[in-house]
Amino acid sequence: MKIRLIDIAHGRSGDKGDSANIGLIAYDEKGYKILEKYVTADVVKKYFEGICFGPVERFEMPNILALNFILHNALGGGGTVSLKHDAQGKTLASALLRMEIEIEEPV
Amino acid sequence: MKEKIRIASGQGFWGDLLEAPYHQVTKGPVDYLVMDYLAEVTMSILQKQKKKNPELGYARDIPELMKRILPVCIEKEIKIITNGGGVNPFSCAQEVKKVANSLGIKNLKIGVVLGDDILDRIDEFLQSGIDLKNMETGESISIIKDRLLSANVYFGSEPIVEALKLGAQIVITGRTTDTGLTLAPMVYEFGWNYENFDLMAAGTVAGHILECGAQSTGGNFLGDWESVPDMAEIGFPIAEAYPDGNVIITKHENTGGLVSIETVAEQLVYEIGDPKNYITPECNADFTSIKLEQVGKDRVRVYNVKGKPPTNFYKVSAAYFDGYSAVGTLTYSWPKALTKAKAADRILRKRLEFLGLQFDEIRTEFLGYNACFGPLAKEIDEDLINEVVFRIAVRGKDYNAIERFGREIAPLVLTGPPGVTGFAGGRPKPSEVVAYWPALIPKELIKPKIEIVEV
Repeated sequence: MKIRLIDIAHGRSGDKGDSANIGLIAYDEKGYKILEKYVTADVVKKYFEGICFGPVERFEMPNILALNFILHNALGGGGTVSLKHDAQGKTLASALLRMEIEIEEPV
Repeated sequence: MKEKIRIASGQGFWGDLLEAPYHQVTKGPVDYLVMDYLAEVTMSILQKQKKKNPELGYARDIPELMKRILPVCIEKEIKIITNGGGVNPFSCAQEVKKVANSLGIKNLKIGVVLGDDILDRIDEFLQSGIDLKNMETGESISIIKDRLLSANVYFGSEPIVEALKLGAQIVITGRTTDTGLTLAPMVYEFGWNYENFDLMAAGTVAGHILECGAQSTGGNFLGDWESVPDMAEIGFPIAEAYPDGNVIITKHENTGGLVSIETVAEQLVYEIGDPKNYITPECNADFTSIKLEQVGKDRVRVYNVKGKPPTNFYKVSAAYFDGYSAVGTLTYSWPKALTKAKAADRILRKRLEFLGLQFDEIRTEFLGYNACFGPLAKEIDEDLINEVVFRIAVRGKDYNAIERFGREIAPLVLTGPPGVTGFAGGRPKPSEVVAYWPALIPKELIKPKIEIVEV
């Protein structure tokens, strides 16, 4: 079945130089298992094609049901230099929550 | 030793809700008020102000704020810790002293933390082989040395603790880690040992939760934000800290907002890198060890925090001049708002080309369509779009080119697609681009200095 990440998770994004970080947080254990399985660094890198021009790193935080993604070279030069309206990547978490994934498990 | 202390966050950045610190000290019991004023770019702005007037260079909101909160803080014995001293904490303290004098306050000690400003020492470091390499690119700071606007070391909690030990009721610092502001009172009140890295990490995590103000109490909450009560009177976070490292995140009872596992978790992941190594001058905190538990209404317990020894380096935050930029906007209305805005973009870019203007970057975005999500924005039936804001930004080294760009926006109103408005703000002016240079420096090269200003 197809789900949108916003149905099972929330999160927050921000900047670190020219990298953006997106913390993706599941509402429950089951949701975390789905995020952990399907929302890999590769999937996120592909999804943000045209926005993120460097590698994507993923870190797991099962203690708070969260995944933390670092999107390198994603903010057009970083907070103070970037010409982007969203120079600090504040809305990238929302962009990720809009992602649809095809899963095997019932939700 | 106190059984617990309550540390209140009063500002999450310079520009935050001005009423927040006043509410924090008046709406319920607190022992400390901590206020973070410094973003990366703030230091360079303050350095510029200091260049024009050697008495300036600190967050100028502070004296005005002190007029309101000092009488309450004196009466309730609330200590105030802030990094709003910017690049001139001593002048800031002098201004606060004037405020205290005018209020008839006596026997007040203001602690000032100095020594973080290393702008004048860059040559000295370079000569001794310390080249403050950019942490992202690996380049030596020598390549931008002549364009440096500010350079500061991030101190941790230690100099603040020293100032508190000297009897300061107010501590004003320059560049200090946001987390150090909150950790310092715990170390001071509970006598925590700097070798106990779990306790250092516990205080650091509490500091991270407090450092962006209401972002942990329901502000900017991407979860069920519509369920956050009374955001108009949102309460800022309070860390109720215990000697064993347990911390309860809460807020005053008679305020709006929400403290839940979800609101706290969102702040925990905010602007972090590798969660196993959250690096501060006191420790490497392990954010994967943190446990959260809802222990009451608007009360979340943060516990089980683990830490490792810190690195031998202080983080350095330097800023340098990197050319100019300008942003122009015009609003296009139905019908075919997006098509019109795209046409305006093509026309303008052609004119810039005819003029032979050189830029390092030109960027176009359409607000209402793709400014947030870029290539991820979904196509929608254009007939449903009421209006679109055409936003074009340029950046480059040549001031005259950027200035000339600013003169090309308004003409589009009479020489481009129809149904256009929104040019009330005048010509976009070139503004200076300040770029950021993150680096590391061996701790032994930098010594914080504490001064006490007595009222």
